[in-house]
Amino acid sequence: MRALDPRLLGRAGGARVALGADVVFGLFTTVVVVAQAVLFADVVTAAFEGGVAARSIALLAVAVAVRAVLATAYEVTGRWAAARVMSGLRRELTERRLRDAPVSETGAEAGEVATAAVQGVDALETYFARYLPQVVLAVLVPVVILAAAAALDPLSGAIMLVTLPLIPVFMALIGRFTEARTRDRWQALARLSNHFLDVVRGLPTLRAYNRGAAQAARIEAIGEEYRAATMRVLRLSFLSGAVLDLVATIATALVAVTLGVRLIEGAVTLRAALIVLLLTPELYAPLRALAAQYHASADGLAAADRILDLIDAAGEARRDSVRTGCPPWRAIRLDGVSVCYPGRPGPALDRFDLELRRGEITALVGPSGAGKSTVAALLLGLRRPDAGAVIVGSVTPDDAHPHDAELDDADLDDADLDTVDRRAWRREIAWLPQRPTLFRGSVLDNITMGCPEATTARAREAAALAGADDFVRDLRYGYRTRVGPGGQGLSAGETRRIALARALVRDAPLLILDEPTAHLDADAAAVVTDAIRRVAHGRAVLLIDHRPAAALIADRVVRLDAGRAVEQSAQWVP
Amino acid sequence: MTTLRTLAALLRVGRPSAARVALSVALGSITVLAGVGLMATAGYLISRAAERPPILSLTVAIVAVRACGIGRPVARYFDRLESHDLAFRALTRIRAAFYRKLEPLVPARTEQHRQGDLLARMVGDVDAMQNLLLRGVTPPLVWAATGAVSVAVTAVILPAAALVLASGLAVGGLAVPFVAAVAGRRLNGRQVKVRAELTAELVELLRGAPELVVLGADEAALARIRRLDGELTRLARADAVVAGMVEGLGTLVAGLTVVGVLAVSVSATAGGGLDHVMVAALALLAMAVFEAVTPLPAAALTLNTTLAAGERLLAVMARRPAVPDPARPAPPPTETTASLERVTYDYPAGGAWGLRDVDLDLAPRRRLALVGQSGAGKTTVAELLVRFMDPGAGRVTLGGADLRALRQHAVRSAITLDRQDAYLFATTIKENVRLARPDAGDEEIREALRRARVWDWVASLPDGWDTFVGEEGVQVSGGERRRITLARAFLARTPVLVLDEPTAHLDPPTADALIADVLADGDGRSLLLITHHTTWLDAVDQVVRLRRGRVTPRR
Repeated sequence: MRALDPRLLGRAGGARVALGADVVFGLFTTVVVVAQAVLFADVVTAAFEGGVAARSIALLAVAVAVRAVLATAYEVTGRWAAARVMSGLRRELTERRLRDAPVSETGAEAGEVATAAVQGVDALETYFARYLPQVVLAVLVPVVILAAAAALDPLSGAIMLVTLPLIPVFMALIGRFTEARTRDRWQALARLSNHFLDVVRGLPTLRAYNRGAAQAARIEAIGEEYRAATMRVLRLSFLSGAVLDLVATIATALVAVTLGVRLIEGAVTLRAALIVLLLTPELYAPLRALAAQYHASADGLAAADRILDLIDAAGEARRDSVRTGCPPWRAIRLDGVSVCYPGRPGPALDRFDLELRRGEITALVGPSGAGKSTVAALLLGLRRPDAGAVIVGSVTPDDAHPHDAELDDADLDDADLDTVDRRAWRREIAWLPQRPTLFRGSVLDNITMGCPEATTARAREAAALAGADDFVRDLRYGYRTRVGPGGQGLSAGETRRIALARALVRDAPLLILDEPTAHLDADAAAVVTDAIRRVAHGRAVLLIDHRPAAALIADRVVRLDAGRAVEQSAQWVP
Repeated sequence: MTTLRTLAALLRVGRPSAARVALSVALGSITVLAGVGLMATAGYLISRAAERPPILSLTVAIVAVRACGIGRPVARYFDRLESHDLAFRALTRIRAAFYRKLEPLVPARTEQHRQGDLLARMVGDVDAMQNLLLRGVTPPLVWAATGAVSVAVTAVILPAAALVLASGLAVGGLAVPFVAAVAGRRLNGRQVKVRAELTAELVELLRGAPELVVLGADEAALARIRRLDGELTRLARADAVVAGMVEGLGTLVAGLTVVGVLAVSVSATAGGGLDHVMVAALALLAMAVFEAVTPLPAAALTLNTTLAAGERLLAVMARRPAVPDPARPAPPPTETTASLERVTYDYPAGGAWGLRDVDLDLAPRRRLALVGQSGAGKTTVAELLVRFMDPGAGRVTLGGADLRALRQHAVRSAITLDRQDAYLFATTIKENVRLARPDAGDEEIREALRRARVWDWVASLPDGWDTFVGEEGVQVSGGERRRITLARAFLARTPVLVLDEPTAHLDPPTADALIADVLADGDGRSLLLITHHTTWLDAVDQVVRLRRGRVTPRR
């Protein structure tokens, strides 16, 4: 984590104006502070002559009001900027995740990222609203104060100048001393602090094994251990704050005493002495604020870091497609495509060829990890090949498909999928992923979400085809049963059948089914296989399965192993 | 006033030692008063020096200035340590007390799927209690103590100035925090809601991004997120305005109080009622004591959320367990037939099917399969058998005794339930299994892992069964997780074993082999196997099918 992350600052965009305004407000506040000190000194000096400086007192009240307005403006501006940056980060994250090569996160990771994106805003607020402007102010404000003090009394100015650098020096020394020691402890602390959450999450399990009550003493013991460990860390980390305090108060005391002695000697005027005395604490205030906010903003930076890493991982934006709409097509083919995943030794696909034709069921079989799901990702346009191309258009003439004048392939142009409007292309596809997701909503919402115009009757028809209608009707609330996170839990097989219904309801010309019969018993699998055969008419169907049985209904079978086609047969030979 | 009552109730749970609180307040007050002493004495020193007296007459003031300059940071350092220590101690006590009350409540009648979220939120609520003393107790007491001292000192010198100071301190320490709390409360509640919704939407989007895109549902999802994000941003801005106004108000009150003290002092000097060397001292005293006021408005805002969390905790702690132990429990039964007799159970609307007139008998050594689709009531049967809840009508018995007449400990010593969502704790694999029977030997644990068909995988790990799993540990797939929890159930060695969907995450060959093992095992336990699968139903003694919460004849 860096205190000034260029990735984050680069995104501050419109917030930069606000941050600039904050710096101006901060500097203006300093000017008012100096004015207040002068007015204060004037009032006191006048009192020494037995007078009442009514005008100065009135001006002092005005200065207070101006300061209050500035304080409000400073706070509001900074936090508005923070809210804007965080909202921008969230939008960038979500849009990137969806636009370029969307990848699904695992459950735990998704939760963590979402929390960082939403709750992280609090801590980032401190960073933007306080820390960042303070970085500039911590440099500028002391200069203004120092200049004002030195102009009135050079010797006091010199004392301030000498003490000021002590702060960063001491801080760095203590920082180095404590950092190594604290870092070791944070790991252990993190584990201790999560203990209670762990126990509470597992409470039903503990209860089932009669171990619930026994944990109470342990929770107290671990809490005590946590406290002791944290206090050891705090004893060190509070030291840096204490040094800041010490320098500030000792310098103030030093300036006050020196001024007192020199007043007796007549070397300085009362007015100058009072002004300098009032300005001295203000010299250290910005540095102290900076130190306090550094730790507070660290959490926000960590959250932002997490989100920025994800945004960066999404890769560079894809080049925009050249055409609008999807061209007419009769086949889609992979032309010698290779795909490599970072961190994996071999290529996931190695110069792989495949052609899917309308009216044909193609089975893609092979062991898990052979690259089958990568083929699906390519066809869906979720991934681009590292080499080779995905071509949409005419059927390649071969023995089974001699060039046929009737099909009129001549007027079909071949187009690289990269140049096809992605949104239009995806309207051509119905997809059953390997691990389908049910979204928050009713069963009906889930079935029709890819096809909002579908009627309830059509959704039920699709469900019946997918073998889901029977069990959905047996749910307590039928098609209105809430599923997804927080809803009725469904088994893997039930989820799969609803997702299949979701794919079938779309009536798309390209059907990609990743293990449609996984988690189904023999009866249910037979229903699903039969359904696929029935809907295949006139469509290009890709059936992905690691079990050879699925290939029985296929017109062609492609066996994939370690990213290469090992065998293509017109028909499955058991 | 409910606020104060909540605060008092939480403090009764946290039981901070009065002496330690007094020490913490004393240290905090010394910090503030040292600052007051530094500025006021320095003001006096400079004013007096301007009259050019002999330097010796200033010795006391000089020493006082230096002492305050050194004493303040020292007091502050110990104040921060002491207040944090106090907060952690109270937090630990509240946590343990809360756990003792929560433990018998779980699993209550809350819906199973939401329980995880609810429990996690409670942990967050408990953690918020560390602000209780840090924000809710110490700062107001320090304000009161330092305010009283500085007003008293001012009163000795100039009563009129004391009056101004006292009213300034009252407005800054009471009125401004009150305004902040009232303005912040509604915004806060709304923010919590929008945040939860946005988090849920984001989780869904991150998990299902490819499907949303291919289904063309991405625009709709993005629109929802944009709307929520917009609302959250608007709320954050409103919140910023509140915070800004409070900040400005605080600055205004502090500044005007100083100006007021100055004006009163100056006019007193002109009238001869005050020595002019005291003018700067009085004004600077007022300025310095506002250090105790400044943190109060922000503390009031924090306390808002802390007390809201505290109220939720107190509500949980006041709840009665859904399944109380009997006052005079019957002796543990020697015979272990587990039965449901015409059991009816209802979930609140919106949930799954309950049970309707269900009869079920699991005699010793019998192996029974309970089948049916999701939501048909299978898990409800399992949870009734271990008395996680009581039936609405009918009875659940063990060896002929109603479970309600037995100690829960006795019930669960006879029946082991391996839940569908059985949890892996953040510790080693071995300890996760041993949980079922802390006195089990290594060989028994190994055997349990072997029977759950996970031993080979465990042995292949670099650290073997000492590998850490759970949140911070290694990634464990759904299938491995399930088999580890299954090993735990095997280790328990109770006469009755209830396995809820043991094969949900396993591939078919492993699932078949595992079930074959479980069924072939002749250790004399009776077994209730809850499953979706129908492949191995021929191997059990009896199959019971549930549909819509009723037992139906097998197809």
